[in-house]
Amino acid sequence: MGSTNSTLLKIPNVEELMQETGFSSVHIIRLYDRFKALDKEGRGHLCPHDFGAIKELAMNPIGDRIIGAFFSPGQETVDFNTFVKILAHFRPVDKDRPRDPNSPEPINSRSNKLKFAFQLYDQDKDGKISRDELLKVLRDMLGMQVTEEQLESIADRTIQEADLDRDDAISFEEFRKVSAKILHLKKAPVVMSAEYDC
Amino acid sequence: MRMRMKMLLLLFCCGVVFCDQNHSDPRVQRVFPVISINYDYVQMPFEVSLWILLASLMKLGFHLIPRLSGIVPESCLLIVVGLLVGGLIRVLGEKPPVLDSQLFFLCLLPPIILDAGYFLPIQPFSENAGTILMFAVVGTLWNAFFMGVVLYGVCRLDGGGLASVDLLSCLLFGSIVSAVDPVAVLAVFEEIHINELLHILVFGESLLNDAVTVVLYHLFEEFAHVGEVSAVDVFLGVVCFFVVSLGGIMVGGVYGVLAAFTSRFTSHTRVIEPLFVFLYSYMAYLSAEVFHLSGIMALIACGVVMRPYVEANISHKSYTTIKYFLKMWSSVSETLIFIFLGVSTVAGPHAWNWTFVTITIVLCLLSRVLGVIGLTYIINKYRMVKLSGKDQFIVAYGGLRGAIAFSLAFLLSGDDFAMKDMFLTAIITVIFFTVFVQGMTIRPLVDLLAVKKKKQSKTSINEEIHTQFLELLLTGIEDVCGHYGHHHWRDKLNRFNKRYIKRCLIAGERSQEPQLISFYNKMELEQAMMLLESNSSASLIAASTVPQQRSRRTLNISKEREEEIRKILRANLQKTQQRLRSYSRHTLMPDAEEDDWSETRLRKQRVEMERRMSHFLTVPANRSESPAMRRGRFESDSQVHTVRPRVLVSVPVPLPDDPEEADGSTQSRNGGAQKPDGLQDSRGRKQSVKFALDVEEQKLPRCLSDPGPNNLLEEEELFYQKD
Repeated sequence: MGSTNSTLLKIPNVEELMQETGFSSVHIIRLYDRFKALDKEGRGHLCPHDFGAIKELAMNPIGDRIIGAFFSPGQETVDFNTFVKILAHFRPVDKDRPRDPNSPEPINSRSNKLKFAFQLYDQDKDGKISRDELLKVLRDMLGMQVTEEQLESIADRTIQEADLDRDDAISFEEFRKVSAKILHLKKAPVVMSAEYDC
Repeated sequence: MRMRMKMLLLLFCCGVVFCDQNHSDPRVQRVFPVISINYDYVQMPFEVSLWILLASLMKLGFHLIPRLSGIVPESCLLIVVGLLVGGLIRVLGEKPPVLDSQLFFLCLLPPIILDAGYFLPIQPFSENAGTILMFAVVGTLWNAFFMGVVLYGVCRLDGGGLASVDLLSCLLFGSIVSAVDPVAVLAVFEEIHINELLHILVFGESLLNDAVTVVLYHLFEEFAHVGEVSAVDVFLGVVCFFVVSLGGIMVGGVYGVLAAFTSRFTSHTRVIEPLFVFLYSYMAYLSAEVFHLSGIMALIACGVVMRPYVEANISHKSYTTIKYFLKMWSSVSETLIFIFLGVSTVAGPHAWNWTFVTITIVLCLLSRVLGVIGLTYIINKYRMVKLSGKDQFIVAYGGLRGAIAFSLAFLLSGDDFAMKDMFLTAIITVIFFTVFVQGMTIRPLVDLLAVKKKKQSKTSINEEIHTQFLELLLTGIEDVCGHYGHHHWRDKLNRFNKRYIKRCLIAGERSQEPQLISFYNKMELEQAMMLLESNSSASLIAASTVPQQRSRRTLNISKEREEEIRKILRANLQKTQQRLRSYSRHTLMPDAEEDDWSETRLRKQRVEMERRMSHFLTVPANRSESPAMRRGRFESDSQVHTVRPRVLVSVPVPLPDDPEEADGSTQSRNGGAQKPDGLQDSRGRKQSVKFALDVEEQKLPRCLSDPGPNNLLEEEELFYQKD
């Protein structure tokens, strides 16, 4: 895998990247190796096709959405820096970070994690999860095993519970309120161990 | 338990003739005994029942005194009661019964453990499994050896009465006393409502350390019996540990699978479903005990394995039965255990030794604190959510000892262990100390340290959906990183579960039902029941109103809402049933109860309409003919019940010679239907849709595939369509 320093040098703006995302150099190297492994044609960037080659992701009901999240609207490729920045959302929260009100919120703050998840729901990016978007998500998650009416009643019920301003959609604030308890319990994956599927 | 409670009986029966059953000499002339006493016949069950009754009355009593139960945990009060009862018995000259170990391990302990295992929250348990195992195994080993060795040192130093205590005895004593007791932990922690993480840590540890305790206990007992220890024995001891724990889990797992499989076929005999759950679990426990495997772990494994499948198969009532029976038995067991602890204390025999006892207590605390701190230091390196100092304190402080330690000590044979009495005394003192001092002070300490409490949150469909979504998201991200983490393996397990196991163990269609749907069903059912209990139809209507834009959707009322509406209507309409019973029955064949109710409702509708009809008609409606008319209508209805009429205006009116009436009836029906009926608001809307000939909306939604009263709904639909 090459020595640490040489690998780090290959990555452009690595210092800035580490600063921004909070990953240590070890993590960056591992992610770089993973990036290289996924980028089978060695082009230096990934396209949706490369993500699709990951077997387990293909089986994931929301796999397409996750892949879509890596690509900003309009772009067809994702380079290493963007790759790392997106994955940085899932780093565990640093509890002892000094609270500097002037610096921008770190990428892996709870709020940003929730925003990321929200964006996966909200495909048309209008800032709200409408009933149809919710239905789509439920359909993806539950597949063919339930009838349309069941899905609709669940969607109705969900919106009814969360929707406080009665606009028949879930805004980010409402989403944040109902998800407050969840993220506390969930453990984000730690990119620490060296088990790789190369 | 040979207790003579004769004086109680004498109090009840005054002036009786005592009949001795054995003297049945027919030749002797004697007065026919009208009343006689035969206590021996019922002695055993009578005494058992009396004890249980006493225990339950005590429990009742405590909760009637709120101030007391707020300060002192129930376990303390029960021990005090036990002490009092023991003292009373001793004063009366009888020998108080001691907590028989066989009774304890075979009858009193299993219900508590099964209750704990069956309702074990799997999610937090599996997330913290590593930590729990560390505390249970390494922590208990540390406690046992530390205590044993230091006690031995103290005994050596002290001389005097303690000189005869050898290392093995000390180690054995250490292993008995070091185990955190699940009963005591449950009793105390349930009242303080700390957050889930701490609760599962301490409680999980108390359950899993049983394997270690069993192994150490048998190991040292065997060694003491034999008299010498070799290296091979030690190695075998280690092997034994794995055999005991893994064997116990396997036995439990096998019985769990058997129970799940059996429950697949119980759809026709719902009444005995709970019995299978209990029997299989108990058999798992007993089977494990046969081989000296860890019975507790077998019981837990059995409960955990069988629960998801059994719950998918059994009826809701059986589920409630199981829940309440388990709670009841475990509650009674717990109460009895603590009372007997108190009584056994009075019973003795005691050999008090100040040094030994005080050193024991000090060492217990010390070793626990050191163990927790040391282990947490190591564990925190691997944990995501680190354990803070406060958490560590609670974990250390919550290590209560209880009746298991007592019973194990009681089982020691007096020949091998000359100091058995001293051990017993010391153990009882430790138990008292932990339960009283630690149990009473833990609640104010929790408040003082502001430890996070359990969040009282009701289940929400939002949370469920978002949790699942996040699970999938995190699994996906792990896959992108190529990281085989927690989520990856859990996803694999779920997939395996769904494809193979669920097919075998869950009956019928439920095997395909995704978790979200069963969750949703359960939630709707709970809400329906809640609404019923509060019996407020006003809130019902409010809850089901939806914004105007979705007017199309308003007719897709969920099945459960319909159920609620129906039930409320039924409650109100049943009064009219008596009056209308004289009318004839129609020929359709729904459930008798539904039949009455819907029939009643329809009749009421029809009466309404008749009344309105009379406004429009020039010929006054002939009220006396109404029964005949209705009869006729019903007969004609039965002919069309298989067809779903689209245009309902042309319901055949049995008085065909009055065209005006026919028109009038149409008009009035329209008019009548459009006026919302007070009782049948949502239904009324549905009716109006039908009359307006709006074809699309006729399909009654079948929102939830609850395999329950489907047929009923079918009949209902058919009924309404006929209007």
